[in-house]
Amino acid sequence: MNSSLKRTEFIISLLIKISGYSAIIFVALIFYFLLSEGLPTLRDVPLASLMSTRWYPIEDYFGILPLIGGSILVTLGAGLIAVPIGIGTAIFIAEIAPRRAREILKPLVEILAGLPSVVLGFLGILILASFLRRFLNIPTGLTAFNGSLLLGGIAIPTIVSVAEDALDAVPRSYRDAALALGATQWQTIWRVTLPAARSGVLTAIMLGIGRAIGETMAVMMVTGNAPVMPTGLGMLFAPARTMTATIAAEMGEVSQGSVHYEVLFFIGIVLFMISLAINVTASAVVFRQRKRSERILS
Amino acid sequence: MRPAQLSSYRHLIQRLGFGMLTGITLITVIPIVVVVLYIFIQGVPAISLEFLTGFPRQGMRAGGILPAIVGTFLLTLGTAVFAVPLGIGAGIYLSEYATEGRLTRLIRLAIINLAGIPSVVYGLFGLGLFVLFLNFGTSILAASLTLSIMTLPVIISTAEESLRAVPQSFRVVSISLGATRWQTIRRIVLPEALPGILTGVILGLERAAGETAPILFTGAAFFLPRLPQSPFDATMALPYHLFVISTQVPGMPAQIQYGTALVLLVFVLGMNLLATVIRSRARARRQW
Repeated sequence: MNSSLKRTEFIISLLIKISGYSAIIFVALIFYFLLSEGLPTLRDVPLASLMSTRWYPIEDYFGILPLIGGSILVTLGAGLIAVPIGIGTAIFIAEIAPRRAREILKPLVEILAGLPSVVLGFLGILILASFLRRFLNIPTGLTAFNGSLLLGGIAIPTIVSVAEDALDAVPRSYRDAALALGATQWQTIWRVTLPAARSGVLTAIMLGIGRAIGETMAVMMVTGNAPVMPTGLGMLFAPARTMTATIAAEMGEVSQGSVHYEVLFFIGIVLFMISLAINVTASAVVFRQRKRSERILS
Repeated sequence: MRPAQLSSYRHLIQRLGFGMLTGITLITVIPIVVVVLYIFIQGVPAISLEFLTGFPRQGMRAGGILPAIVGTFLLTLGTAVFAVPLGIGAGIYLSEYATEGRLTRLIRLAIINLAGIPSVVYGLFGLGLFVLFLNFGTSILAASLTLSIMTLPVIISTAEESLRAVPQSFRVVSISLGATRWQTIRRIVLPEALPGILTGVILGLERAAGETAPILFTGAAFFLPRLPQSPFDATMALPYHLFVISTQVPGMPAQIQYGTALVLLVFVLGMNLLATVIRSRARARRQW
């Protein structure tokens, strides 16, 4: 082997290794910048004020509880919609649908995953809001519920694809054994296949919820943007404001280094921590499963 | 109950259950079809040469959306420039170089986390690092870099999956013929994995093209009277423009809104279709 070939080999290996480590570097950088811009909040805003229920930045009220509450409310609503529908669809695609129906259904769900959230938000304002206002007889259609409906739609593809993978990974022999013992296909699904895929289905739900809580544009456009502390599920039919929407709506108007700027980054830290917790938990389950690719690409 | 009764009872339950699941699936699928068709039907009348090649006029209530189309194209291109080499490189590392150990586990965990971080948090990060710290300003460069980090996990995972799907024997034969590791990767493994990698790249870029939150404070402009001249200029973009004309501009004609939504949808779904075609053609041609 001549020396120029060796050098090329060395340089390329080095570049590839650096690319390999880049993901770690980026996560660290993101965390570092959120902390460096957001942590001064704890110095400049008293904790009691930060943990209050009043968000009114113009007069220096930085209570983030209504925003956290808004995110929880909207996400909870989305979960109530997306979890049963997503898992039902996944079961249908994985266990019941004939092959040809599968080949139509899967790309359709992928289309939903690819729809930009602004497009959904746009339809949410133009169509869904006026429909909800008339149908439910409420003063405005721009409510947490409207946000929940859209977020449900956004979370469904995640839930369907992960849950379907989990169901697909259940060995054929489990089903055959149940059917041979005289169980119907329906009993097999409920008592054998679904329990066997339990951890993967749980991961699907977690990732779907994570997707919903982090969604920004659609929520900002349709929830009416009122930072009010939710007190119950009835608040679904009133305007609300999520953490993500607050950052998106207000960051453009604040000056760098102001207290408001710091607090918005602080909310970013909270969101980062939530997604970290969800994904670390979910990945603990995913690591034990077979590689997705071995099934998809074969 | 006699066995015959039990059996028919169980089959009734099964019929009801299957009916319910079919219904649920229709609830998922029908709105998708309706949304896409509805935007096509409402948007098509807005499409004209002027709409696609003109600048917005009268406070964006008339004219075209050329700067937004060009902007989204440039942002997607910029994202590809950074994310594609880095993502494929990382995929090669994970598939061909890495040994299973603590470091590799940490890399995988980092990738999973990158995939889960909310898009608006990417926006904050881009603002903090690229716009302010590195002083790129609100620019195509800063927005592309932000979008490319967001796109990275999709490209890395699909690249790794496609590379791993290439049979080990291909590598063994190549190495035994005297090829170096890199020669083997470049001449044997990469070409075989290319369709899969390409699919992942396109799906990643599709997501980047439709995103608004990461570019809100890193590169998107409300209105610009001319096309961007350099990577350090801000730019209009289709998703942000749709956001602006559906929430910030009162008295906006619905036709222009639907037209903009349609162009964005065609852009995104076109990429989606391309990825699907590449994937199914590669699968049909595969010999191993």
